[in-house]
Amino acid sequence: MTVAVFFGCSFIAFGPAFALFIFTIARDPLRVIILIAGAFFWLLSLLLSSLVWFIAMKASNDKDQQLQRGLLIFGVMFSVLLQEVFRFAYYKLLRKASDGLAALSEDERSHISVQQMAYVAGLGFGIMSGAFSMINILADSLGPGIVGIHGESQYFFLTSAFMTMAVTLLHTFWGVVFFDGCENRRWWVIAVVVALHLLVSGLTFLNPIYEGSLPPAYVILVSMAVWAFFSCGGSLQNIQQFLTCWKNDAGSEVAS
Amino acid sequence: MNTSGSEEEFCNERTSLMTTESPPVSSYHVETGISSLEDTQTKGRRPITNESNNREADHEGESVERDSTADSEDEEMSLKYGAKHVIMLFVPVTLCMIVVIATIKSVSFYTEKGGQLIYTPFTEDTTSVGQRLLNSVLNTLIMISVIVVMTIFLVVLYKYRCYKFIHGWLILSSLMLLFWFSFMYLGEVFKTYNVAMDYPTLALVIWNFGAVGMVCIHWKGPLQLQQAYLIMISALMALVFIKYLPEWSAWVILGAISVYDLIAVLCPKGPLRMLVETAQERNEPIFPALIYSSAMIWMVGMTEHSAVQQPSHQETNSDEEVGQSHHDNTEDNRNMVVPETEVHGAQSRTTSAVELEEERGIKLGLGDFIFYSVLVGKASATASGDWNTTLACFVAILIGLCLTLLLLAIFKKALPALPISITFGLVFYFSTDNLVRPFMDNLAAHQFYI
Repeated sequence: MTVAVFFGCSFIAFGPAFALFIFTIARDPLRVIILIAGAFFWLLSLLLSSLVWFIAMKASNDKDQQLQRGLLIFGVMFSVLLQEVFRFAYYKLLRKASDGLAALSEDERSHISVQQMAYVAGLGFGIMSGAFSMINILADSLGPGIVGIHGESQYFFLTSAFMTMAVTLLHTFWGVVFFDGCENRRWWVIAVVVALHLLVSGLTFLNPIYEGSLPPAYVILVSMAVWAFFSCGGSLQNIQQFLTCWKNDAGSEVAS
Repeated sequence: MNTSGSEEEFCNERTSLMTTESPPVSSYHVETGISSLEDTQTKGRRPITNESNNREADHEGESVERDSTADSEDEEMSLKYGAKHVIMLFVPVTLCMIVVIATIKSVSFYTEKGGQLIYTPFTEDTTSVGQRLLNSVLNTLIMISVIVVMTIFLVVLYKYRCYKFIHGWLILSSLMLLFWFSFMYLGEVFKTYNVAMDYPTLALVIWNFGAVGMVCIHWKGPLQLQQAYLIMISALMALVFIKYLPEWSAWVILGAISVYDLIAVLCPKGPLRMLVETAQERNEPIFPALIYSSAMIWMVGMTEHSAVQQPSHQETNSDEEVGQSHHDNTEDNRNMVVPETEVHGAQSRTTSAVELEEERGIKLGLGDFIFYSVLVGKASATASGDWNTTLACFVAILIGLCLTLLLLAIFKKALPALPISITFGLVFYFSTDNLVRPFMDNLAAHQFYI
């Protein structure tokens, strides 16, 4: 495994998230704080779900492989549910903080809108999730070894990187859609987000049959991107205006 | 190798908790809608007395007679400043931790067993778990008592105005850090990367590094260079601790020192609180070289200040110390987070001619940097979960710092910066290492994603 693999995989996995961070979040201190707090909430959910899994594992028979695999699957599902619970908890916290900020400011508006907070919170979840999935693998890729020496897939690093990128961006879009659903009291939206998260995680159980996990994840990613775009006020006119303004290079206003 | 006593001295003075003597006025006053600091700045350059009047009004909780729009404007600004200050501390803390983690991961010297400090005489190579635990608790007791003694000594020295002694002590310790420890560090880095180096070049590099560092930290220098040097010496100190503290002792010491921090800063008779109050009575800033200051405003007006204030130079004049670079804080502000208020007030008095940004800085003691980095460095050195544990501790410490700053905004007085962060860090270290690591390892092995 070479340095090229390391850099390639890290750029694939973290490139979009890093770019989003640099261009949209790094300038605004409040967004950075919301991002890190989002990462912290994801971490808390992971902690609790690993606690549950650990207890279940210790209480069960160590030698039974099928049972252990089943427990792991249970752990994954439980972790997904807990992540969504913590996403909701973070929504509540941000709402309260935003209300506080708005109440204190002059024109009763908050500096940062709920959609922006949703995006930043989702990205925080995504970055932490991706980092926890990928960092150890990246560190191993710098060292010596042969991928798939016992007959497993050769593409372990590459598929991990692509999956990590998909999961990071998915968390971002889920955050946007989830918060929007909570804001407008559309509970079916929340149910769909939870179901999609369970689906994406469940598809990874098909690994190393990567055809079963990666393409569907990317299809879901694209559809979530479109859904998130339309849910936070985007429209075809916006895209059109954005593109034409860009081409014209005139000083015309671009609708946000 | 047993280190000498003087090394421990300065690390003690850095680890003892002290508040800056800046009066307990915070830059953020969320509830009552008064921000005296913003007031000072928006309404022009008022003298310090007016500011203290405003502060007293603050403390009594009354509203100043201003219209509500100005109130809410100031609150808005104060909250904006609040987030900015959190980031102004996030960045140096992150940089320090990155330096420590990068060194730990690459230079094996700092993870090798090389003996113990004389302050932790009990060994941890014992046969039974109980014995090891006992030894680590004893080590902790000795270390904490040394720190307490040093802090009380420093407070006594300060109370009896032995400034020369304190300055000499600080200069000696920074000399040691900047020259000897950085020489050792550089040597180990060269060994790791197999770089050939000759002594004359090395002497030149170390001399330049150390001399510029001494000037920057104890006298004048560009703000960012001084901040960089403070980060570097905190990282060096943290690396020394990581190398020479045995494993269990390190964790127990981290826990004990956050408790000590809490007591020393918040209890009425705590040494650090007494130090702060004494300094506030005398209206003096804190010692240089012990606090990281993030003020951005001084860079603009600093040259003006030094020109203006040199003629009126007095030893204990806070203005003069304001005029010099920011580490002219005469107090050990180690593990304290304090808003820079009085210094600001003094500065605004003399910078009427200069158009300054309305920025307010925040101060964090170097001991906080050191202990945060020790926690994260130990996590990355000893955890078998490797990077996940390190990342978890990193996020936990940042969130703890954020909460501490939030409390600072609410309570508006000097607060200990260690307890919340270290508690979160310890909780996350042990839980990630023991619970999350097996879970994530299993998931990664099967390539399951959560």
